[in-house]
Amino acid sequence: MSAPVLALSGLTRHFGGLVALDALDMRVERGQIVGLIGPNGSGKTTSFNVLTGIYAASAGRAEFLGRDITNLRAQAVYEAGIARTFQRSRLCLPLSIFDNIMVGNHRRLEHGLWFNLFSRRAFARQFETAFEDARELVRVFDAPLAGRMFDAVGALPMIDRRRIEICRALISRPQLLLLDEPSAGMTEEETRELMDDILEIRGRIAGLSIVIIEHEMGVIERITDRCVVLNFGRKIAEGAYREVAADRQVQEAYLGVE
Amino acid sequence: MSAAPRAPLWPGIVAAALVTAFAVAFMWAENEWEVVGVLAAALVAVLVARRTGWLAPAARAFEMREPAMNRVTIVALLVFIAFFHDDHFPLLMVGTVLVYFTVCLGLTIQFGYSGVMNFAAAAFLGTGCYTAAVLSAHTSLPHLLVLAAGGAVAALVGSILILPVLRTRGHYAAVVTIAFGLLFRTFLEVNDTLGGPQGLKLPSMKLLGMTFNDNFSVAGIEFSFYMHYVLTALALAVLAFAVTRRLERSWIGVSLDAIRLDETASACFGIHIARWKIVAFTLGNFMAGAAGALYALMLGFIAPTNFTFGDSLVMVSIILLGGIGNAWGAALAAAIVVVLPEKLQLIQEYRFLLYAAMVIVVLLYRPEGLLPRPLRNYLPGWRPR
Repeated sequence: MSAPVLALSGLTRHFGGLVALDALDMRVERGQIVGLIGPNGSGKTTSFNVLTGIYAASAGRAEFLGRDITNLRAQAVYEAGIARTFQRSRLCLPLSIFDNIMVGNHRRLEHGLWFNLFSRRAFARQFETAFEDARELVRVFDAPLAGRMFDAVGALPMIDRRRIEICRALISRPQLLLLDEPSAGMTEEETRELMDDILEIRGRIAGLSIVIIEHEMGVIERITDRCVVLNFGRKIAEGAYREVAADRQVQEAYLGVE
Repeated sequence: MSAAPRAPLWPGIVAAALVTAFAVAFMWAENEWEVVGVLAAALVAVLVARRTGWLAPAARAFEMREPAMNRVTIVALLVFIAFFHDDHFPLLMVGTVLVYFTVCLGLTIQFGYSGVMNFAAAAFLGTGCYTAAVLSAHTSLPHLLVLAAGGAVAALVGSILILPVLRTRGHYAAVVTIAFGLLFRTFLEVNDTLGGPQGLKLPSMKLLGMTFNDNFSVAGIEFSFYMHYVLTALALAVLAFAVTRRLERSWIGVSLDAIRLDETASACFGIHIARWKIVAFTLGNFMAGAAGALYALMLGFIAPTNFTFGDSLVMVSIILLGGIGNAWGAALAAAIVVVLPEKLQLIQEYRFLLYAAMVIVVLLYRPEGLLPRPLRNYLPGWRPR
């Protein structure tokens, strides 16, 4: 059997005396969608931040496709093939849709000074290819949006911003996509639309694995293959949604049942 | 989708012609009342043009037909200086505007694109000036190389600031550069080798066998010697403008903007923040230094009082006034800020007050500047199929 896409063992992160993430073990197999759930402050986003090199791990190990990526710099994690979105949308609002997606396309674009300043013909060719590529991707999410590639992101409604953020993460063809609460600030209807898009994307990109942090249990039930439940930084349950939802510890911690 | 027709060029040409006519009238105006009259007329004209929607086609010509409009602008400037071909003062003004413009293009890359604050632009300009003074007095280095050396030394001096600038953000980075600017002037004042408070004199610039400080005549028409410097300054400004524009319209431009807007997100998409900040800072300082070298040769005399903190603030206010990150805005604002106090002797003494008032008014009523930066247009005239 091939190595899992992601294997975390004992991943830990302290902030002073606070243990935000306590010895997390987790595996994501190729093509899986894994839900990461738990109450506020249970360490879900911290695990993403440790994984993507924003925070250093205090202990433990993270492997991506069999390669040790613990404490790599954020840039190196991205180069390896992990892309993410953020809980609070972190798009560059004054820039256009296309510009924002190109930020995510960084590893596939030529960044030499000479190329960019003086080989404008070669640049124009690369630009055309990148544009077609980005428009194709946006079209999967929303066809009208693909006709507005040079509009400022700041003028778009929340759902379109989420779509662009996911496009920004997907444009570089990552193997693993980390989605940090994509439904935040959206209506039920919008959330359903976005989840349809995500499922469609997974169908189109062979072997794409996704870890998704979500509060909407409907979303989790619908799209995930497996869930990991965190509480106070510790994993308290793991399995299919129906199994973990029936778990007494999970109900106590998270679903608010006495 | 059918291909949209190309934007017509003529509204841009008409606008350039009108601006040139205004500039000539303004420069020709003898007394303060005439100057104020010309200014008022221009202001009314702009407001009327905006109301009637005549401004939009001109703006579209500049946006969609940029390569052609760049040439039109150069021609317009050449027409303007042809009017004053034997008059020292207006030519010196134009040369100064072009030098300031070049420095502000450097600031645009630093502050407008990558978000690195630089409140020591005058110090980097001064580094280029003093480099030119020393090299032209003590070596026989060809003067074209002196310009490059001015840029190189400014970039090199800037590199001592890189570590503190990278480690600090926002206001703190600004304080680092302010401190450097103050140090620079003090250093010049106590340094006797560099002339101390008295400053240094420079010999005439020589290029291609021409001595720039001699008046000359072509086909019986007398030209002021400043014409040499103005044309050289124009060449330098055009070069800096081309580099700035291409940088903006490239993947590097996207990365610099991303760094300015969100460092964490940028890092998560592979952008090496320190590398690009260093590139932007160094490139900007190089432009300031090269412009400085030419400035010193043009003035023929430099002293520490030319490079005060106040002058650095003037550069920053040009950027704010013109529209942060817009190279065209920097050109317009440089012209306003440099020429206005010279023509209105009345306000000369209060010019810093005037600048401050202008910046406050702009930030209050038009925070994105006179010419707000448009969205990135990678290939002018390009339309998606």
